[in-house]
Amino acid sequence: MSAECRTVVNVGPSHPSTHGVCRVLVELDGEIVRRAEPIIGYLHRGIEKMAENRSYLQVVPLTDRLDYVGSMYANWAYCRAVERLAGIRVPERAEYIRVIVCELQRIASHMMSIGSTGADTGAFTAFMYAFNQREQVVDLFEALSGSRLTYNYVRPGGVGADLPEGWVERCREFVAQHPAAMMEIDDLLFGNVICRARTKGIGVLTPHDAIGWGASGPVARGSGVDWDLRRDDPYSVYPRLDFTVPLGERGDCYDRGRVRLWECVESCRIVTQALDQLEPGPVQAEGLPRLLAPRPGDAYDHIESARGSLGVYLVSDGSVRPYRMHVRSPAFANLALLPMLAEGHTLSDLVVVLGSLDPVFGEVDR
Amino acid sequence: MTRMTIDELREHLCAAYPDLCPLFSVEFGDGVLLVDSARLREALEDLKELGFDRLGMVTAVDFGDEFELVYRLTSRSMRVGMFVKARVPRSIASVRSTVDLWPSADWQEREIFDLFGIVFEAHPDLRRILLTDDWVGHPLRKDYIDDSIIRRPDYL
Amino acid sequence: MSFVWGLLYGTGAVILIAGGAVVGVWWERKVSARIQLRLGPQQLGPAGSLQMLADVPKLLFKEDVVPASADRLLFRYAPLAVFAPIAMSLAVIPFWAGWAPLDSAAGVLFFLAVPSISVLGILFSAWGSHNTLATLGGVRAAAQMVSYEVPRALAVLSVVVLGGSLQPSELMDAWRWWWIPVTLLGFGVYFIASIAEMNRGPFDLPEAESELVAGYFADYSGIRWAVFMMAEYGAMIASALFGAALFFGGFMWLPGVAGLAVHIGIAALIITAVMWVKWTFPRLRQDQLMTFCWTVLTPLALVQLVLAVVVALWL
Repeated sequence: MSAECRTVVNVGPSHPSTHGVCRVLVELDGEIVRRAEPIIGYLHRGIEKMAENRSYLQVVPLTDRLDYVGSMYANWAYCRAVERLAGIRVPERAEYIRVIVCELQRIASHMMSIGSTGADTGAFTAFMYAFNQREQVVDLFEALSGSRLTYNYVRPGGVGADLPEGWVERCREFVAQHPAAMMEIDDLLFGNVICRARTKGIGVLTPHDAIGWGASGPVARGSGVDWDLRRDDPYSVYPRLDFTVPLGERGDCYDRGRVRLWECVESCRIVTQALDQLEPGPVQAEGLPRLLAPRPGDAYDHIESARGSLGVYLVSDGSVRPYRMHVRSPAFANLALLPMLAEGHTLSDLVVVLGSLDPVFGEVDR
Repeated sequence: MTRMTIDELREHLCAAYPDLCPLFSVEFGDGVLLVDSARLREALEDLKELGFDRLGMVTAVDFGDEFELVYRLTSRSMRVGMFVKARVPRSIASVRSTVDLWPSADWQEREIFDLFGIVFEAHPDLRRILLTDDWVGHPLRKDYIDDSIIRRPDYL
Repeated sequence: MSFVWGLLYGTGAVILIAGGAVVGVWWERKVSARIQLRLGPQQLGPAGSLQMLADVPKLLFKEDVVPASADRLLFRYAPLAVFAPIAMSLAVIPFWAGWAPLDSAAGVLFFLAVPSISVLGILFSAWGSHNTLATLGGVRAAAQMVSYEVPRALAVLSVVVLGGSLQPSELMDAWRWWWIPVTLLGFGVYFIASIAEMNRGPFDLPEAESELVAGYFADYSGIRWAVFMMAEYGAMIASALFGAALFFGGFMWLPGVAGLAVHIGIAALIITAVMWVKWTFPRLRQDQLMTFCWTVLTPLALVQLVLAVVVALWL
């Protein structure tokens, strides 16, 4: 068929399945996608430029706005870069709390992703079940930080506040019931014959491409790329915790979804262990000035976020403001795979593939 | 498959490519290879050969007369990451693209082109990515002026 | 006289469908809420039952937007072209012993043929909207509705074979309770094919919220959108009532008004099952939908037809 006969469809920027504001320019041959080009930047707020005009502490709320489904990650990655630059030692309790909140955040973020796999394929009920779990995490975070989306909780040198009274018990209750709830969602969604037909063999990503295109997180692990920064470049207290890294085999949408599901169950194990090992102590480094002025130089640190390796690159010129901040966004790298994965599938599959890459556009566009 | 330390990485690098050895330094716990912009491409090719199969991040920093390009490479086999840095003069801000080595450079180089105005030669599709096509200027350059940029006071 | 009768019937059908849609939407909200760990509407009236009375005026008073690039004539009247055939199809449903509003000798054929005309209305709206997503939805709807006619008609045919008549009242007179086990498979096919006919989940590809936004009625608002909505519920009510009569005997179980109540009760159960299916299953893909129709449903319907023929001959 000649190019003249193709239909050009703009999926987005205002579309229920673009998970934010993304436009995918799709060339269709009937229902088959011949070319899909994501057009991003609708949510570009220039956070990297804004960071250059704020003090180190003032940047933390900005990092909340990067990955708004998992704010804790960007907080933490940024704080790790600052701590590396300024040579701050973080108290052990704070490290444990960071691990706990970030694993809870992983559950919350994956619930969003798994739920939207359901919503994208038309099974809205799975979305509600997943959101039921996410709500409970968000409630925990609300008790912790006062907000439900942008937490501003992990700060350079520690965390914003100690755990409130009764929080540990509530958290234990949540992680105790979560694996069973996950199995229910698994049955409802991935156990469903239609959902399997819709996700298996769709958007297959080979391990070679996953590495070459810089994919990370569940997208790479769904293809069997055994790479998890928590284990392979251990940071914080992860070496003291026992967990496995779930891997997919075929690299299709189904495997990516299932990897997220099992990661949630592993996160519960990590949270339980971290809660067991948690000991009283300070949660903020002592004697930290309000205005940090690290020595000149640059530092990079990364953590394993729900979407992959999230890195923050900071350059200091010795003043109280970062000279340059760059965020290595996993969603940005993963989204670049979309043209390759969606080609040759139908328009219906395009939204499933897009959903399985789990982009959060606050982080893609920055 | 154990995790390689910085010193082991240095030894490994020096054994394979002695000419790159003196350029290697350690900064804030990360290995950094500071190369001349003319030799950047060659060094990156060598490092890919050495086992750095992932290009995690490419970015640039505006240092006035020069731009510094920062490549973050990761090796799965050695389980180690390192930086490659190269400076290009502001007047001729142009460097060879690395898309053919690591496809992940595609969008990231477009982003640098968009926000810094550094041209990547031989990039297959060098267009603005985050900003609109008719945007004037490159916002992450330090001399970019926009009325909406408000510099916060130093005190908190 | 027949004109007055037609006018009366038309008014009755519109009122029935509008009322049914109001109750149906409330019921669907409640059912889907129960399935989704929610409560559903609960503020207005007992269990939120008056919520729809608030929603109907909202729809009526919404701005009636016609896109600038739309074909105005097609766009404006397409909802009626979808609605009218479905309202017409209600005419041949036997509600009472020996009686149907239009007790035609080809009543069953009428029921199978007339609602399919609404596919034209869907194509009108898709084409008239002048919108790529709407056009895609319209094409999907046309392919789907025409294909699913086949297993649906075959499934109904097995009952016709047993009853030996195409006239609804005669068919109902001939109805015996042991037809239920014989035509159970046929009912399954009829149920699934009817869901596809009325474009509901998991066969709601023409609207496909997450892909085509709302497919052929993406550009509609206010009352015109409500007419589409009513047509969907109308199709659901008509299919359920007809299925309840043919496959489960409808009013045959009890005499008089009690029989009518049983008929409506069976239909309500079928409608609830349709909602249950919609809120449980994900959506199929277009090619899977077609494959399912031609390789699973149609052969099953044929098996049912053969079974019915064997039983009818053996008697």
